[in-house]
Amino acid sequence: MNGDLKMNMVLNRNKIKVLVAKPGLDGHDRGARVLCRFLRDSGYEVIYTGLHKTAEEVANAALQEDVDVLGMSFLSGAHESYVPRILDILKKNGVDLNDMVILVGGTIPEEQFKKMIDLGVDGVFIPGAPMDEISDFIDLKIKEKRDKSSDQHYFVGTKLIKAEDLV
Amino acid sequence: MTNKEKNVTNKEGWHKEYVKPLLETYGERKDNFKTLSGIDVDRLYTPEDIANIEYDKDISYPGVYPFTRGPYPTMYRGRIWTYRMFSGFGLAEDTNKRWHMLLKDGETGLSTAFDFPTLMGRDSDDPLAMGEVGKCGVAIDTFEDFERLFEGIRTDKVSSSFTINPPAAVIYGMYNALADVQGVDRKILRGTIQNDMLKEFHAQNTLVLPPRPSLKIIGDIFEFGVDTNPKFNLISISGYHIREAGSTAVQELAFTLADGMAYVVLAKERGIDLNRIGPQLSFFFNSHNDFFEEIAKFRAARRIWARFMREEMRTTNPEAWKLKFHTQTAGCSLTAQQPLNNITRTTIQALAAVLGGTQSLHTNSFDEAWALPSDEAARVALRTQQIIAYESNIANTIDPLSGSYFVENLTSWMEEKALEYIDYIKEMGDGNILEGEFVGIDQEYFIKEIGDSAYEDQRNIEEKKRIVVGVNEFTLEDERLTVPLLQINEEELRRIQIERIEEIKERRDTKEVESALEEIQTAADEDKNVMPPIIRAIKALATEGEIVGVLKNVYGIWAKPTLL
Repeated sequence: MNGDLKMNMVLNRNKIKVLVAKPGLDGHDRGARVLCRFLRDSGYEVIYTGLHKTAEEVANAALQEDVDVLGMSFLSGAHESYVPRILDILKKNGVDLNDMVILVGGTIPEEQFKKMIDLGVDGVFIPGAPMDEISDFIDLKIKEKRDKSSDQHYFVGTKLIKAEDLV
Repeated sequence: MTNKEKNVTNKEGWHKEYVKPLLETYGERKDNFKTLSGIDVDRLYTPEDIANIEYDKDISYPGVYPFTRGPYPTMYRGRIWTYRMFSGFGLAEDTNKRWHMLLKDGETGLSTAFDFPTLMGRDSDDPLAMGEVGKCGVAIDTFEDFERLFEGIRTDKVSSSFTINPPAAVIYGMYNALADVQGVDRKILRGTIQNDMLKEFHAQNTLVLPPRPSLKIIGDIFEFGVDTNPKFNLISISGYHIREAGSTAVQELAFTLADGMAYVVLAKERGIDLNRIGPQLSFFFNSHNDFFEEIAKFRAARRIWARFMREEMRTTNPEAWKLKFHTQTAGCSLTAQQPLNNITRTTIQALAAVLGGTQSLHTNSFDEAWALPSDEAARVALRTQQIIAYESNIANTIDPLSGSYFVENLTSWMEEKALEYIDYIKEMGDGNILEGEFVGIDQEYFIKEIGDSAYEDQRNIEEKKRIVVGVNEFTLEDERLTVPLLQINEEELRRIQIERIEEIKERRDTKEVESALEEIQTAADEDKNVMPPIIRAIKALATEGEIVGVLKNVYGIWAKPTLL
């Protein structure tokens, strides 16, 4: 990530609450667990849903814990079904997606990146994504959302991009 | 200045005379060299490094105890390993079509990938199945789906493998029911049912019933299978998933063999003759990037197993001493970036499996960090095996790396380290390794061990201690994916499967279904074998979810702890 962006961020990470979720029947939790541990070691408050959660269970956990960041991990292709359902429940319960950072990680085909962003996802991370790239992006997005910045960034695959570069 | 030849008679002398002066001037690329699992690798291996290995006792000949060089006297000179490509997606007819394509392309054994609802014992109309039907594998709800899966395929002609665990009894029952329908003698059925719940608790997380009832069902399959299907592998004791979850090669070797030993103890406690069931136990390993470490792992596995079965379990049938295994190249090594590079990774891993003496092999497709393989990607993966088999000539002689000072030393080292873990697991159970497994699951020992390794591996990549081409080095600035991916319309698949379930429930003999399900419940309650009533329920067109539902009612369900 751009050094200037990183320099500008003064964030108290232990005030940032991150929910890492495993929606659906997929049991591949290596990435989710490794990321949870990294984020916790990096100072964030991290909650992990555990495996095999329904869309309702994930959304309810995000609501009850009043999280700043919701990260969802899919190695099953079920993101196409779960992401819209989970975001729908959040919105119906009064969550403004401009106030919550939404991340998706896993085997997400490139051609679906835009679809995910259009649904309200801020960052799509693919297998092998460096963990500090994820935490840097969380910090950036928290700040952009808090500041209601007119210049919002997104993360797709391996790249940090601006809204107008989204194709 | 003139260079004089220096007299060297051992490794130490060579180091002093030749290496040290050079190191003082130039140094080496790294301070220390390690295998992927973190084992220190020396600059050079010589006869000194294998001085304590006895050829006849530790290595011996192919087909001869302890089988370090291979389970069969002729190995690939007799027959090439089985090309067994794990595949399944969509409806049963979609997978059937892919299977016919692969068989036409020269595949020699079938291997079924089921979708998540099927793997978890849930029907396509289950609320938790939404978004997952036919997505990661094929959807099987009733015996009619299973019959469609095998359309045009004879159970007496091909061996079939089924990667399924909590509902293993149902799918295994369906294969027997299919043989009955095809008029094939159950006694000649060949294939493998994965049926390995221990590694699910450790790593793969397809979790339905608690540990002890899960093992009870496995015992039922053993008991039923030794009599009914004597040529069928009743379990595939799997290290693959343990490795994919992040373990090292040593942990994969140790935990897999410990699981295997626990299943042997289970069989013994159930009163099954170990000389009979021994040959029906098979193994399944991962083949990762570290070429020599993987080869050493396979060779060590055979030696440890043979010694356990003969010396510790006192079996007398040499067939029961032989560890036979399937290999899959490492899915977790595939990169989303520059995906064609995955063909090279898979080739190296497949070579290691073959040089390690595998009995069957699945090669991953290059597009799998993105999606399930396309037809073309699956074909390239199969062709990779055929190129190794027919063009490289490495299958011309048996275990060609034996005698390598490095490979033999590493094989012994892996054996020694694995046995340390195995002894520890046994100690957890006060000398009973099956009980040690239960304690380890309860105390989350396996999850923690594997999780620590996974975390360390990711840190190593991020700190560039481990280079992954295209990911943390040799990256492209503006990369676009150019390979076409397999598309799956899940909503449409789910609609069709739900319609099929509804139509079958209308048509089937409800009384017979209910009576068969009750019989399963009674068998479970009274601690009798559940296989015969499960086959009855399958034939009555009970759904997989209904059958597993009965078991859940009796035994309860299990969830993985969320510890980090």
